[in-house]
Amino acid sequence: MKTAQSIAREVQSGESSASAELDNSLSAIRARDEELNVFLYVDEEGARATAASIDERVARGEDVGPLAGVPIAIKDNMCQTGIPTTCSSKILEGWRPPYNATVIDRLIAAGAVPVGKTNLDEFAMGSSTENSAFGPTRNPLDPSRVPGGSSGGSAAAVAANMTPLALGSDTGGSIRQPAALCGLIGMKPSYGLVSRYGLIAFASSLDQIGPFSKNVMDAAILLEAIAGHDPLDSTSLPEPSPSLVAHVNDGVAGKRIALVRELVEGADEDVVISVNRAVEALKDAGATIVELSIPEFRLGLSAYYLIAPAEASSNLARYDGVRYGLRVDAEDVAAMNEATRTAGFGAEVKRRIMLGTYALSAGYFDAYYGQALKVRTRMIDAFKRAYQQADLLIGATTPSVAFAFGTKTSDPMSMYLSDVFTIPTNLAGEAAVSVPFGTGEAGLPVGVQLLGPGRSEAQLFAAARVLEIAEDRS
Amino acid sequence: MRLPGDWEMVVGLEVHTELKTATKMFCGCANHFGSEPNTNICPVCLGLPGSLPVLNEHAVDLAMAIGIALHSRIASSTFHRKNYFYPDMPKDFQISQYDLPINSGGYLDLPDGSRVSIERAHLEEDTGKSTHLGGTGRIHGADRSLVDYNRSGVPLVEIVSGPDIRSSAQARAYASELRGILIATGASDGRMEEGSMRIDANVSVRKPNAPFGTRCEIKNLNSLRSLQRAIDHEALRQIELIEDGGTVRQETRHWDENLGETSTMRIKEEAEDYRYFREPDLVDLDPDQRWQDRIRASLPAMPAERRAKLKARLVSPAQAQLDAVEVVIDLGLESFANAAIDAGADPALAVARAANELAAGIEDLKNLSAEAFSATLLMEQRGELSATQAKTVLGELLASGGDPKAIAAAMGFEQLSSDSLGATVARLIEENPDEWTRYREGDEKLAQFFIGQVMKITKGQANGKAVIAELQARR
Amino acid sequence: MTSPLRREDVAKVAKLARLSLTDEELDLFTTQLGQILEHANDMSTLNLDDVIPTAHPFGLINVVRDDVVRPSLDRDVVLAMAPDTEGGRFAVPRIMGEAP
Ligand SMILES: [Mg+2]
Ligand SMILES: [Zn+2]
Repeated sequence: MKTAQSIAREVQSGESSASAELDNSLSAIRARDEELNVFLYVDEEGARATAASIDERVARGEDVGPLAGVPIAIKDNMCQTGIPTTCSSKILEGWRPPYNATVIDRLIAAGAVPVGKTNLDEFAMGSSTENSAFGPTRNPLDPSRVPGGSSGGSAAAVAANMTPLALGSDTGGSIRQPAALCGLIGMKPSYGLVSRYGLIAFASSLDQIGPFSKNVMDAAILLEAIAGHDPLDSTSLPEPSPSLVAHVNDGVAGKRIALVRELVEGADEDVVISVNRAVEALKDAGATIVELSIPEFRLGLSAYYLIAPAEASSNLARYDGVRYGLRVDAEDVAAMNEATRTAGFGAEVKRRIMLGTYALSAGYFDAYYGQALKVRTRMIDAFKRAYQQADLLIGATTPSVAFAFGTKTSDPMSMYLSDVFTIPTNLAGEAAVSVPFGTGEAGLPVGVQLLGPGRSEAQLFAAARVLEIAEDRS
Repeated sequence: MRLPGDWEMVVGLEVHTELKTATKMFCGCANHFGSEPNTNICPVCLGLPGSLPVLNEHAVDLAMAIGIALHSRIASSTFHRKNYFYPDMPKDFQISQYDLPINSGGYLDLPDGSRVSIERAHLEEDTGKSTHLGGTGRIHGADRSLVDYNRSGVPLVEIVSGPDIRSSAQARAYASELRGILIATGASDGRMEEGSMRIDANVSVRKPNAPFGTRCEIKNLNSLRSLQRAIDHEALRQIELIEDGGTVRQETRHWDENLGETSTMRIKEEAEDYRYFREPDLVDLDPDQRWQDRIRASLPAMPAERRAKLKARLVSPAQAQLDAVEVVIDLGLESFANAAIDAGADPALAVARAANELAAGIEDLKNLSAEAFSATLLMEQRGELSATQAKTVLGELLASGGDPKAIAAAMGFEQLSSDSLGATVARLIEENPDEWTRYREGDEKLAQFFIGQVMKITKGQANGKAVIAELQARR
Repeated sequence: MTSPLRREDVAKVAKLARLSLTDEELDLFTTQLGQILEHANDMSTLNLDDVIPTAHPFGLINVVRDDVVRPSLDRDVVLAMAPDTEGGRFAVPRIMGEAP
């Protein structure tokens, strides 16, 4: 499949057309969507109209933008006017938002063609896309296994060559973990780099939208197109979109990169081997490698599984059957709220709402939520100390390669442990990227994770590019 | 009202005031009372999935203005979510300020010289409005309810007093003075009947110097009269209960204006669990000195200062004049009174005419200039107009504007001094008791009889309107 | 900070969250939430008394917008999303208590 960069170049030059590229994308979707359950909604009509208008503008000699005619898949927790948006939940089934998320506006402004909405764990709560009310998504590389989650549909869309690009959201690893399991580049940008306006909230202080792609350059093009200050999001960083594409080939010569013990601890042998090989590749490219221990990372999971559910319990209160979405009738309002929420939410969502409500409730606040916020401070301080000794950090993205369906669904704690290496970055609001590097069990891809401080996306892409080149040569 | 025996009431008030901004607290929808239902709503104030709040700068300006006027400390503050389910609240949480409000501490001095402490004045968002169908139209016994979210997200400041108030009259004076301040700062229009100022009263009773008793909260009092009556009623209810050997239960009570009594709305068995936590979609608010100074510099004089200044212009004033000053300040009419005094009018006359005639015609104030008001009063003072005629001229000025001299001329007031017209009318009334009685009982035709008599005596010099005014004044 | 979670705590929380749980779900959640809270006990060994809690990753302050009216949504579009409406308003079954 063509890269996004080459599609945009060909569409802009007239060598190809947005409509033709969309046709390719739609036939790839038709070929495998039934088997893989990637898309919850394909907006064929809207996408065709968008593609046609791009082709017209190209014919008029206009510069359509860096993503001219590039088909893109959107995780179904981002609002697009008139397009069903469900968060993979029965509680929002049939709801069509009356407004666009900022990222959708920016994609359109960059010339991209949104083709449809992808499956996810309900309200982005999960690590396997098994928690979808509309059935699980299968991993295109091995359909007996999960694609990871919660952005499993978006990862699968790119891995199955349905679209060269996709948007996901990452609250505790929901872009990087499926990227690792599907052999893709997946980045969680710094908190506030990409507007959250129109992203249906899971945990507001942790959520961040980011790109999936098959190569580093495409991810940089996509992120550059959607990043930058948005006055509709109070937590949006004040600067315009950073220059990323221009720095993809900057390399790592002279950079200090730290291998973090806690980011390989407990990982499968084949995963550790890949991380070590990646470290060697960075060293070969001129980086200085150091080793670090950051014990605070071990506390990340505990803090995360109190903070994220607490925020979620409040964010998900609005699904009450009054204004939109599902309503299950009952005698009075309170009973109607309860009947609606009980019928509309799946088990994992209920579990997290319960956990978060408990953590915030009188008498337990200080012991759980309050303590978790302090651990968060500790985590930020620990990162700061680490960045005095290194420019970037490296470790595994996930403890293992893609796992089979049903292996972790009965034990929430074992599922939560899939995110143990990705969570610290979310708690600190920093950036990290997962890069496919080597293979593990059954020839499935391994994801290596590069972590950097806030606003280090350009450096992370440059380091990821070094690994990409090394992998191509091997 | 006096409480029986040596009982004392302890009252604290929570006043919610809607801020007079163009837009809502966190979105660009119009903050407008009286629009068609659900027309001023957007993804943010409807709490649609994915929407995010952005703070209205002007709401912060007005909150600080209130804080400065109440001598509060303005500090770095945060927003919290107060979580509870209710259909008029689109997100099922209210964004409010919790442990770190924008304004804390402060006080309000009342006209009687007493001081009520202010605990805090914080920013929060309003809810939507429900209409109840079936039953009595009240929430109890209704079949279903309809919700309008136009008010949802309108900026509010909640002003919490200390438990310093000791009588219902003092509570009323506090609410009235606070209302004056809110209007003066431009923070609110103070329209209680439209709900832009709403009061909750915490009431308890005790014996002198005893610890505070258990308090009850009376919700949503929407006039000064209701406030005063509800507090008196509630204090008496608690005293009776205690004297009968009972104990007061902490609860929320509803005031029924028609029945003139409070009733149980909700019993506080255990504290509500609102699960307050920091609103992660908003950042901290920390107005720097420059921002605060800008607001401070833009504040006009507050009612207390204006009242003191106007009172100082009266020479050994009687109580009635002091009361008139209150009215003038409450209605913001002192620019008229001051202009007339500056032009040489008697201060007592200026205050009286403003408190009575201008107050009665306040809806038409736009027609009247301070110069015309002053000129009318000076004509009255010089004897060119009687008191009655001056009032008539003011009425005419309010109704349709114009020049007082011209109006007086058109009404014939110059041809016949009011004193002699008044005397003539008085004499005619005495001489024609039957006609007078019939006129007083509503037979308007008799006005023509009196006008005819006056014209005969004055040889057509009098003005019919002026005669009617003299008759009306005696009716 | 050992897990204080009992079945009745879970039931109380469900009520606060407006969820109704079956007996089996109550049992399951009591066990599962207990396990998660037990895992969180690793935080209780830390002395964090002097640590300032972090609610936001970055310390932005005073993010405000101008008080300028923006277009609202079309009412028909908004009401079309609702499960039940009447007379331009959102309709709900009866409300049992006044707002707190
Ligand atoms: Mg309040
Ligand atoms: Zn709005």
